[in-house]
Amino acid sequence: MRKILLAATMTIVLAGCQSTPEADKPAGVEDRMGATTKPPSSATTQPVAPGSMSGNPLKDPSSILSKRTIYFDFDRDDIKVEFVPIVEAHGKYLRENRGAKMLVQGSADERGSREYNLALGQRRSEAIKKRLMILGVTEIQIESVSLGEEKPACVDHDEGCWYKNRRGDILYGGEF
Amino acid sequence: MQAVRAVVAALAIAGPAQAQLSIEITGGGANQIPIAIVPFAGETALQPGVTEVIEADLARSGRFRTLYTGPQNPPLNEATNVDLAGWRSRAADALVVGGVYPASGGRYEVRFRLYDVPKQVSLGGFAYTIAPAQARATAHRIADYIYEKLTGDRGVFSTRIAYVVKAGSRFQLQIADADGANPQTAIQSNEPIISPTWSPDGTRLAYVSFEAKKPVVYVHSLATGRRQAAASFRGSNSAPAWSPDSKQLAVALSRAGGTQLFLVTADGANLRRIMSSPSIDTEPHFSPDGQWIYFTSDRGGSPQIYRIATGGGGAERVTFSGDYNVSPRLSPDGRTLVFVTRDSGRFYVAAMDLATRQTQVLTDGGRDESPSFAPNGKMILYAADAGGRGVLAATSSDGRVKQRLSVPAADVREPAWGPYPAN
Repeated sequence: MRKILLAATMTIVLAGCQSTPEADKPAGVEDRMGATTKPPSSATTQPVAPGSMSGNPLKDPSSILSKRTIYFDFDRDDIKVEFVPIVEAHGKYLRENRGAKMLVQGSADERGSREYNLALGQRRSEAIKKRLMILGVTEIQIESVSLGEEKPACVDHDEGCWYKNRRGDILYGGEF
Repeated sequence: MQAVRAVVAALAIAGPAQAQLSIEITGGGANQIPIAIVPFAGETALQPGVTEVIEADLARSGRFRTLYTGPQNPPLNEATNVDLAGWRSRAADALVVGGVYPASGGRYEVRFRLYDVPKQVSLGGFAYTIAPAQARATAHRIADYIYEKLTGDRGVFSTRIAYVVKAGSRFQLQIADADGANPQTAIQSNEPIISPTWSPDGTRLAYVSFEAKKPVVYVHSLATGRRQAAASFRGSNSAPAWSPDSKQLAVALSRAGGTQLFLVTADGANLRRIMSSPSIDTEPHFSPDGQWIYFTSDRGGSPQIYRIATGGGGAERVTFSGDYNVSPRLSPDGRTLVFVTRDSGRFYVAAMDLATRQTQVLTDGGRDESPSFAPNGKMILYAADAGGRGVLAATSSDGRVKQRLSVPAADVREPAWGPYPAN
């Protein structure tokens, strides 16, 4: 499931990368039609490097920053020890990139009222936000919201599945 | 009637009609009134015929047992001098006769008369001049008349319901007649839609949409199809509830941290906080007299229902038994609270008499949620699970009569029963 989420995230990021040159396209097309040689601007499009060092750490599978999901226990919103390094890595990234914006989406399992589950998901996203702020991230960088039980990562009616749905998902600007 | 037509026209623009809800009655009430409805003379001119719609309405209420009469010879209609003594021997307590007659301009006149058979008296009748497209609506009005004359309670056959259909990854907010007919899509989205709720004046729906990758409260005007964000603050915006005068919404917002209750006008202005707490406060719901806001809070350690006076004051706990009581909804007379309660990990709709605090569990589905009262308080519509698929279910307020409404190959959820039509 995490791989699928990651793949989806990467698709969004790549789509985000394409959108910038697209904005310049009309000019680029005119240039090509008017000149026999390609204008230098067309050479500025860069392929995304598959390697680890040169790429964006947010989408580098070997970077801890590619880990975007924090799981929670039933009826709990405390960040479990195994997820603390992930939150800390994102905190460091946000501190070092003050212009970066993050959306934290909290979720709950399907049991019970949709609106109450929305509030439980909110509690989880705010727990992640609070931890990031303790790490020195400014509040303006993070919006914490809830998806309640509405966007399950897994749809079976058992604990194995419910665990995957009690989560917080981290998205960066351009991904939401 | 004119208002209803305007709404349907606007909705038709919003999207094509969808697979209709099919209704299955899964229980029966006690003391059902045996009623004979003689097929209306000349009704084949209309589609559907009024008799079948009236019969289905009355049967669905659980308060009537319809007796098959077949066509009568000599034919009976509202003008006939009916042999009521003869109908008594056929075990009918009530008899309906009527007819459909061509009128000028392609219109029809639908007339009927209702008789109390044991008392051998007429309980009155009506005549409607209608366009053929109004056949179904007219039949609902006749059923409303019969229901009210014989039970003393106002009928809800001319009301509508709203609900969300999830088909694949697509969500549609639909509105249908109370019997599931004429489904219209008000909005469709690739992101979830939850918590639709009718303005008490029936002109608008408030709901929560996730199309912005987070919950935002919208108010959607049915006549125009236009909508406006009523609460789109930083963080989550959810759980809209209309004030009885249709002017304000109570909402749950996380803009100030946590999930807390606020009031906002229906156009999104004049935001005011209802109260501050370190707990989850959500699912606000106004009492019909506007004096109280009921809500769900975990301030006592588990989610329970509380209420706070709209004029100010402290919160008062309402539910005490069990460790999960949520989604408060009051009956139109303000005397009964229905809510969702958890027992051994399963969820049911329960009703509490607010005067005696006696609670009765009304449903037995185990995954029952989102209760919504019919405007006459006699039925409660809710969301249930049938073999892993979302269906709508309805129970009489005494738990005796049950219905199930489903759409083939789709999940149906988040029902909201609309108010009486304004006419």
